[in-house]
Amino acid sequence: MWGRADRSAPVDRDPLRHRAFWAGLSAPGIAWLAVFVLVPFYAVLAVAGGQINEVLGTPVPAWNPLSWGGAAYQGVFGDIVGAGAFLGPVIVRTLVYVAVASTLALLIGYPVAYYVSRFAGKRRGLLLALLLAPFWVSYMMRMLAWIDLLQSDGYVNRVLQGLHIIGSPVNWLGGESATVVLGLVYGYLPYLILVLFAGLDRIDPSLIEAGRDLGLNRARTFVRITLPLSRQSIVTGLLITVLPMIGDYYTNTMLSGTSGTSMIGNVIDGQLQASSLQTQGAVLSLLLLGVLLLPMLYYVIVTNRASVVAS
Amino acid sequence: MSGTRVGTRELPRAAPTTTRAQRLRPRRNPWRRPVFLEGFTWLYVLWSLAPIAIAVLFSFNNGKSQSVWQGFSMRWYTTDPLNSVLHDPTLHAAVAQTIRLAVLTTVIAIPLGVAFAIGIDRWRGRPAKVANFVMVFSFVIPELIFAVALFFVFNTLFVTVHLGTTAEVLGLVTWNVSWPAIIVRARLVTIGRQYEEAAADLGASRLQAVRRVLLPMLMPAIFASGVLVFSGVIDDFVLVDLLSSTAPTQPMSVIIYSNTHGGNSGPALNALATLMLLVSFVAAGTGFLAYRWMTRGERNSQDEALSTFAGV
Repeated sequence: MWGRADRSAPVDRDPLRHRAFWAGLSAPGIAWLAVFVLVPFYAVLAVAGGQINEVLGTPVPAWNPLSWGGAAYQGVFGDIVGAGAFLGPVIVRTLVYVAVASTLALLIGYPVAYYVSRFAGKRRGLLLALLLAPFWVSYMMRMLAWIDLLQSDGYVNRVLQGLHIIGSPVNWLGGESATVVLGLVYGYLPYLILVLFAGLDRIDPSLIEAGRDLGLNRARTFVRITLPLSRQSIVTGLLITVLPMIGDYYTNTMLSGTSGTSMIGNVIDGQLQASSLQTQGAVLSLLLLGVLLLPMLYYVIVTNRASVVAS
Repeated sequence: MSGTRVGTRELPRAAPTTTRAQRLRPRRNPWRRPVFLEGFTWLYVLWSLAPIAIAVLFSFNNGKSQSVWQGFSMRWYTTDPLNSVLHDPTLHAAVAQTIRLAVLTTVIAIPLGVAFAIGIDRWRGRPAKVANFVMVFSFVIPELIFAVALFFVFNTLFVTVHLGTTAEVLGLVTWNVSWPAIIVRARLVTIGRQYEEAAADLGASRLQAVRRVLLPMLMPAIFASGVLVFSGVIDDFVLVDLLSSTAPTQPMSVIIYSNTHGGNSGPALNALATLMLLVSFVAAGTGFLAYRWMTRGERNSQDEALSTFAGV
């Protein structure tokens, strides 16, 4: 692979040595990933399969796979469908919130990405910078901003009262589903827009012009040409917003803080804080990982293929 | 790109053959400005940025309220003897901890990720593919699941590493090492192998070829990923939330989070968040300008710089 130099330079003749050099270069990174990605996930399996020390109330992981027990799995299963099932509603709520939030995000994000990629003209650079700006503002600050606005005497209530839409101030931060969904949309929309923009921007404008020349009007050109060509970026964009939304617990805690709106992430977070519930937290994380595994694999494969095509 | 599109649009078009009905009702200009889309986009921009601007404004509020303006002051930054960022030891320590984590993580993750990317890209064996898969996978895993795994490993197996700064740095490096790995690899693909081959033809050893030819060419990508890692750590919340322990190991994001439960935060938090914003923007701004300077003369440098800095 090194061409002529390999054959002429005696040092490089041995193909094994050649490989060893590149392997050696990546070795520290590989070792790091093994120790801090693979081992931790094995630790989750060990904790999930282990027991709780009855005196200390702390998890006792089972490092030997042969001694993994199913007690914690049974416990979680009981929580989902059993008599005192508190997890079932939480899972349904998580799915509903994420579905509503990602649909809203797409409905808002697509037109914006479409406009900036196709029509922004001279303002394209400015608009791109403005679309990117939220990336550089920490998520916590963006939530804090809404906490300010949604206070009982905050600007949202004052504007709504001024317009006579509401009579008395609404306690937006007291456990409103709408507030949590708003937070999710606001938090993750910039990521979606960027993926959509990148996809829409790659569409060859001559395809769209061809459609127009063949007599399609603006709406039909969009439906017949632009939309099909951007389907892939809609899917990856939704994945990139849905995956973190499902694991989100902080948006909920900050904007609502009541159990009436808690999502699956809140349950896991709560279980980690009580050490006697940590095995259940481990099981729940594994379940979540199991459910998300397929979409994650899909995302990895698609983006990998895209980068191969791009090269 | 956009220039050619506008040009094509203004080309004189052949007179279309029209039906009687169309002649009676003149067709709307097909290349008219999409006024609705334009307005919608600007409304979105306003909605996405105005709340942040208001939050920054209220960090200068001369009162305890985050929703009623009581005049301008610097009391939440410096002058308030108890609760300002300067005088409250918790807030003060949080700023230091955030910067400490960001610097340590960047310093460790960048060499690790760059070496990994170069090695994996040129190695092309099965182990390389597996390692790359693990890396990309750790990139798309929801952060909560990843943080849970690290939380358990530090609590049950690597027990000598207590939760705190060390655990945070180890976790953050693992979570962020994908940035240099992915960005540098993308750049390696566009560079190709001919430069190294030329260096080898001229008698350079493999290490010399990497150090003297490849690394300088990768510099913009390495630099960009450094900025992304740095600001990624400043922005990070889930990992540091689960892996920090006592107050001095909690960075700004955790302090803001744990003080806003139930919406009882004061403007000092806005001041803290504004400082975070400032650090991020300085990092991003200098990063962007330096990146453009490094890649000056390259085609599409502005768009590429923007998209590199967005991580897409």
